[in-house]
Amino acid sequence: MNEHTVKSYDQELQLLDRRIAQMGGLAERLLAQGFDALARRDPKLAEDAVASDRAIDALEHELQEQSILMIARRQPMANDLRHIMTVLKIAGDLERIGDLAKNIAKRAMAIWGEPHPKPLMTGLKHMLELAQHQLKNVLDAYAERDADKALAVWRHDERVDAMYNSLFRELLTYMMEDPRNIGLCTHLLFGAKNIERIGDHTTNIAENVYYLVHGTGIADDRPKGDTTASTLVRKE
Amino acid sequence: MNVASIAPLTVAHATENGPGLAEKVSVRNLDFYYGDHRALKSINVSLYRGRVTAFIGPSGCGKSTLLRVMNRMYDLYPNQRATGEVLIDGEDILLPSQDLNLLRAKVGMVFQKPTPFPMTIFENIAFGIRLYEKLSKAELEDRVEHALQRAALWSEVKDKLGASGLSLSGGQQQRLCIARTVAVRPEVILFDEPCSALDPISTARIEELIDELKADYTIAIVTHNMQQAARVSDFTAFMYLGELVEFGDTTRLFTTPTQRQTQDYITGRFG
Repeated sequence: MNEHTVKSYDQELQLLDRRIAQMGGLAERLLAQGFDALARRDPKLAEDAVASDRAIDALEHELQEQSILMIARRQPMANDLRHIMTVLKIAGDLERIGDLAKNIAKRAMAIWGEPHPKPLMTGLKHMLELAQHQLKNVLDAYAERDADKALAVWRHDERVDAMYNSLFRELLTYMMEDPRNIGLCTHLLFGAKNIERIGDHTTNIAENVYYLVHGTGIADDRPKGDTTASTLVRKE
Repeated sequence: MNVASIAPLTVAHATENGPGLAEKVSVRNLDFYYGDHRALKSINVSLYRGRVTAFIGPSGCGKSTLLRVMNRMYDLYPNQRATGEVLIDGEDILLPSQDLNLLRAKVGMVFQKPTPFPMTIFENIAFGIRLYEKLSKAELEDRVEHALQRAALWSEVKDKLGASGLSLSGGQQQRLCIARTVAVRPEVILFDEPCSALDPISTARIEELIDELKADYTIAIVTHNMQQAARVSDFTAFMYLGELVEFGDTTRLFTTPTQRQTQDYITGRFG
């Protein structure tokens, strides 16, 4: 890419990318903290997660202001316009990812002291790892302007959905087996749902990276895997 | 939701390359020379009826030259010549047999600097009409009023039609020139940087005017203001060093140009 005749324009665009990278790094860390808090039932970790979320919110705010200022000042066109609009949208998705991760951490405080059924936590952990992997890849795709990598992330979200479906069934079964599990399992179910939603925001980011590179949306319909809206588990 | 299935919001704009649109002006293999200097190189481009086409590009790219060919303004100067074809409704206006007075009535032009004649507001417009038509006083007055209405100037000057055209503000003078152009009932209007000497409010008025006029005319506009091209035109042509680099739907050209040079130019990365 050639440089702009006005150098400060390039610097401003680079700043946007640095902030997105920072936000992405914070979101990744927050997601790990949120889950650790839940897995170890550690209120201290949960508090850390809440603090990290504040930093993400502040970055989103800064990116919004900077983007609006650039639109007013530079009247961006073509790839520059797509760049700035993409930054705005990705910042919104990262902010939501931060909120969802924080929400997982908060549930750790609610279920503090409850025993965790190990197989459930393993399932949740696998789902989390996949979501983390997806998030990392999409942030790389953005940094490298790699539309193919973004497309791969977009396609793989189906796996996150599939894991959520199986966890959903499993958690319902636990609840039916023993009503004393209901409190804990409901929180874990919301945790899983949050991770599933994080996956959706990750695919939004992937769509935006694709648009940034090609100037068009992804032509396919995204494979949707979350079928829990129409699922009912019955007691035999 | 599948975004591709939603109809685009740009109903007012033409579709890509204008299928179904009537070609009013067709430029075919046009070359233009200032003496030995080849200023336009094999230009092929069309202007569509009822649509605005913007020509953008750095100074010296040939966009104003192209406009000047469309009404043979260059004929006024020695050592300038054009080869190729410029068809208006299928007839080649570059042929020596072309009546230039008729051509310039059919293809009006508005220049960068407002150029009112040193006469009254009324005469500025009546002058051109009298060259082409013999009208009664009442008919002539009607035509002048109509032209001033079309140029959105009537309400501001109707009580001082006897005042000098030069007494108007820059923006009013430019609208007077547009009224003068419209008065002789052209089919094509060429705008060469019509707003570069105007303040933002006058500029907005001219842009609004172009929006209104395009229903009845075929319009071409040369502008250095990219945002203006993006706002007022349906199609945009990017020119560089005498060549047409890219032509397309304005909405697409300013968001996803296909040529690297176009992208560099409109984003401010040129040279």
